[in-house]
Amino acid sequence: FAGLADVSISEDIPVEGEITVPVGSHSPDEDFSTLDEPVRDTIMRDLKAVGKKFVHVMYPKKSSALLRDWDLWGPLVLCVSLALMLQGGSADSKDDGGPQFAEVFVIIWFGAVVITLNSKLLGGTISFFQSLCVLGYCVLPLTVAMLVCRLVLLAGSGTVSFIIRLIVVVAMFGWSTLASTAFLADSQPPNRKALVVYPIFLFYFVISWMILTFTPQ
Amino acid sequence: IASLVMYLFAEFDDAANLLAANPDATTISIDEPAEIPKNQHSRRQDPGREEDDELLGTDDSDKTELLAGQKKSAPFWTFEYYQTFFDVDTYQVLDRIKGSVFPVPGKNFVRLYIRSNPDLYGPFWICATLVFTIAVSGNLSNFFIHLGKPTYHYVPEFRKVSIAATTIYAYAWLVPLALWGFLMWRNSKVMNIVSYSFLEIVCVYGYSLFIYIPTAILWIIPQKVVRWVLVMFSLCLSGSVLVMTFWPAVRDDNRRIALATVGTIVLLHALLAVGCLAYFFDAPELDFPAPVIPAHNVSTVVTRSR
Repeated sequence: FAGLADVSISEDIPVEGEITVPVGSHSPDEDFSTLDEPVRDTIMRDLKAVGKKFVHVMYPKKSSALLRDWDLWGPLVLCVSLALMLQGGSADSKDDGGPQFAEVFVIIWFGAVVITLNSKLLGGTISFFQSLCVLGYCVLPLTVAMLVCRLVLLAGSGTVSFIIRLIVVVAMFGWSTLASTAFLADSQPPNRKALVVYPIFLFYFVISWMILTFTPQ
Repeated sequence: IASLVMYLFAEFDDAANLLAANPDATTISIDEPAEIPKNQHSRRQDPGREEDDELLGTDDSDKTELLAGQKKSAPFWTFEYYQTFFDVDTYQVLDRIKGSVFPVPGKNFVRLYIRSNPDLYGPFWICATLVFTIAVSGNLSNFFIHLGKPTYHYVPEFRKVSIAATTIYAYAWLVPLALWGFLMWRNSKVMNIVSYSFLEIVCVYGYSLFIYIPTAILWIIPQKVVRWVLVMFSLCLSGSVLVMTFWPAVRDDNRRIALATVGTIVLLHALLAVGCLAYFFDAPELDFPAPVIPAHNVSTVVTRSR
């Protein structure tokens, strides 16, 4: 750019041109109003957002999309499906068996709230619902593991099936923990990262334990 | 103010942060009553006592002693007030855990590690870990013991998690409350040199439960002798930390009351261990046709009524 130093614009050339930016047919107000669009568009937009977040969880890269546009649809769907799949276990009349639907629900949501509070109390900068969103979405690998376990149990419940289930659950547990850590670790103060990651580890460990010990009737 | 209000409406989920950041919040100093006398007394008593914690962490100790008065100055309805209880770094938590497992003779756990910065992170998460460790280990141990018996059908026994949670959290919070009330009451009768705030007692109890986590994992081994050796060993370690913490607080009192207090502390600690062992872990050599029958009533968490 050294050559341009010699170029000078003389003062008496008039400035010309349009300074209004062509906006197009809608005014700025219409861009944010979604009342007039067909219902299908609304639903598809939300579904696409949820689907995009699922993809983000399966391939955890450091992206801010999951954090910025949080929603709780995905966690709700995952939690309900996981709790439903954990039913139909060996429920004796003494009901000393597996967790009830309400117990799974409460563990997941209460656990996520407690972990979020913990990270905020330790000085984290992430907002409450963003953290809930991330923790809920990262239950996806464990839900997949539950599905696989149920399918394997259909084939039989011997030692081989147990080993397969163990490997699958352990792998998905690792994936969940790593995915949520990848999203959450940056918002924590640097010398407290382990303090924040450990409860997440405990949370997914408990869910994995519930999945692994599921025994059909 | 108007812009602040609009911002509050726009960002609902950041409400807590904004409230904490409100510069107009008046700050009231509500130090706990036992805190200030403890600081003054501990400085006065240092040359005279055998605890030589002057040798350890000189700069940090001076700074934290100085900052102790300004610690909890936020009003209790703001988020920042509760953040002061989580003002610990990873290495501090690890140090406190180490201090609760390896009692150093002559050193007081509270003086050494807590130093007017009691945290609630350790007690809460150690209790949570212990709850799940006991439930999981108990389930695993029963599974291995009854494996191969034809009448045995594995159940995850999920109910036990809630029972374990109630017991352990009650122990970790009600016993310190009772102990603190008792020590305050004795303080009004006999001038004790050392007194602890409620949070410091909760902290000591919480960290002293840490030893039971590896113990519970090792209880999976289905040998009676091994289990009882483990109970004794962990009881000695964490019991000695508790005794060394609370002996200075009661030593100036009537000798019988002091001994009874310390004895009760150790007894309750032992009861928790033995109770968990009896309830969650089946006896290895007996033949059980059905899953475990509760042999331990949880109502041993007594409230002191002296």
